Amino acid sequence: MKHVAHLARLKLNEAEIDLYTLQMNSILEYAARLQYIDTSNIEPTTHAVQLYNVMRDDEVKVSLPQNQVLANAPEAEDGFFQVPRIV
Amino acid sequence: MSYREQYEMVCGVETHVEMATKTKIFCGCSTEFGQGQNTQVCPGCLGLPGTLPVLNREAVNLAIKAGLALNCKIAEFTKFDRKNYFYPDLSKNYQTSQFDRPICENGWLEINVAGEKKRIGITRAHMEEDAGKLVHSGETITTSNSSGVDYNRAGMPLLEIVSEPDMRTVDEVVAYLEGLIQVMEYAGISDCKLEQGSVRFDINVSLRKRGSKEFGTRTETKNLNSFSSVRRCLEYEIERQAELLESGEEVIQETRTWDEGKGVTLSLRSKEDAPDYRYFPEPNLPPILIDKEWVEKIKATMPELPMAKRERLESLGLSEYDAVVLTATKAMGDYFDQALEKFDDAKTLANWMMGDLSALLKTNLCSFADSPVAPQQLATLLTLIQKGNISGKIAKTVLEEIYNTGKNPEIIIKEKGLAQISDECQLEKIVLEVISSNPKSVSDYQAGKKNAIGFLVGQVMKATKGQANPGLVNKLLKERLSKE
Repeated sequence: MKHVAHLARLKLNEAEIDLYTLQMNSILEYAARLQYIDTSNIEPTTHAVQLYNVMRDDEVKVSLPQNQVLANAPEAEDGFFQVPRIV
Repeated sequence: MSYREQYEMVCGVETHVEMATKTKIFCGCSTEFGQGQNTQVCPGCLGLPGTLPVLNREAVNLAIKAGLALNCKIAEFTKFDRKNYFYPDLSKNYQTSQFDRPICENGWLEINVAGEKKRIGITRAHMEEDAGKLVHSGETITTSNSSGVDYNRAGMPLLEIVSEPDMRTVDEVVAYLEGLIQVMEYAGISDCKLEQGSVRFDINVSLRKRGSKEFGTRTETKNLNSFSSVRRCLEYEIERQAELLESGEEVIQETRTWDEGKGVTLSLRSKEDAPDYRYFPEPNLPPILIDKEWVEKIKATMPELPMAKRERLESLGLSEYDAVVLTATKAMGDYFDQALEKFDDAKTLANWMMGDLSALLKTNLCSFADSPVAPQQLATLLTLIQKGNISGKIAKTVLEEIYNTGKNPEIIIKEKGLAQISDECQLEKIVLEVISSNPKSVSDYQAGKKNAIGFLVGQVMKATKGQANPGLVNKLLKERLSKE
């Protein structure tokens, strides 16, 4: 649970960890029922919709103006999004 | 005893190649290089809610073409997956990539190191989107305080080409990278401008005792963008790992970064901290089915690749060395072919291209791609030598004139009066003058010192400013000297 929380950048307290561990387990157990279905003659499914080769031509479209791109940025400078130190 | 003799290097490379489409892989934003920051960005590039990706057909075409050029098997079924991680260069918190069903698999590239040919296996090549560009405020990524993010590069179409760990020496690695870039350039997959970051390398390297069959623990150094960095980075990693092994320590499996200024690799993260990417199929992009017809259509557009071109040049009588030099860049190879259409002596053409013209281009920081001397002009110049209109020495002067003025060789020769003198009467007069003013050499020649004639020929050439036909001068001198 702690690992999953960390991957999602969630800060959980002990009580929440206990609660979500229980809930997560029941979800996993429910999903595990799928393992009992015989799929030996079925191609692996990657997408729910039977749709293939949806593509577009290589034609340039107008991009957003820079001020609109940065409109929601918490901090921006000189046309860049500004973010805190990374590593 | 040096480490090199005890240990063998094992290296595999992941190469990211930016494909030469006009637009990004999943949206219509332009891929043009060098635009103002965050000006080639749309709601999709920013990962705003409600936006959907649509695949660029040309990116798939180029990926198929690259796979064919690298002797890969092209997948009949391929799909995209999400690679999830948090890093500010990704606006969506995942990179759209390909995980278990890449578009190309199981290929190879032949390299040639000092005459030894070897095939380097290509494990796979897959399509993905590039991430944005981070500009760090400090000197390196580990010393910066804050970073600026430019999403222009986010969504540019990349092909990640993964090699087998087949390389055993630094020279083999560099030969592989050069060969790979050549193929990408010839096939038109990418402009391969390393200085613009169009190609980036991740180097996986480990050491093992010579004779050992098992691989040692490897490190991966990310994001190198020049051959010289790759070379220096490998030399450093080999030394570092060998020292660890020699002192009884272990190499830690980790990701490292190359510090170009200091010439060292630094640890970025160990295997324990390795991200858990939780790949899953990208639901917003339907899978792609590639049938034989599609592959054949791409195959039909494949130009001559470097290996085939080298073989053709060798069949014209050129040495393997000449063929390698002439095909080093596509521009040089194309130049050769265009000149060859008008002048059919391949060896002479090769010599002039690799000698005088290359030297001129180098001094002026030019290349064959932007040579001021057109291939047709070089061909004309060489034809004029062949016909005896000008001497080889004069031709060098004319070449420089073409380079500086862009004028055609015939015009330069006419304007400067550089045509070779092949008029016997005119030469006869000069020959007689030279004979009468050099009695010493004449008597030497007649006394049996046959090489004294060289001095006399030289004097005639001097008197004619190098324009006399040397063969004719030789003949006339011999005739005269035997008469006297």
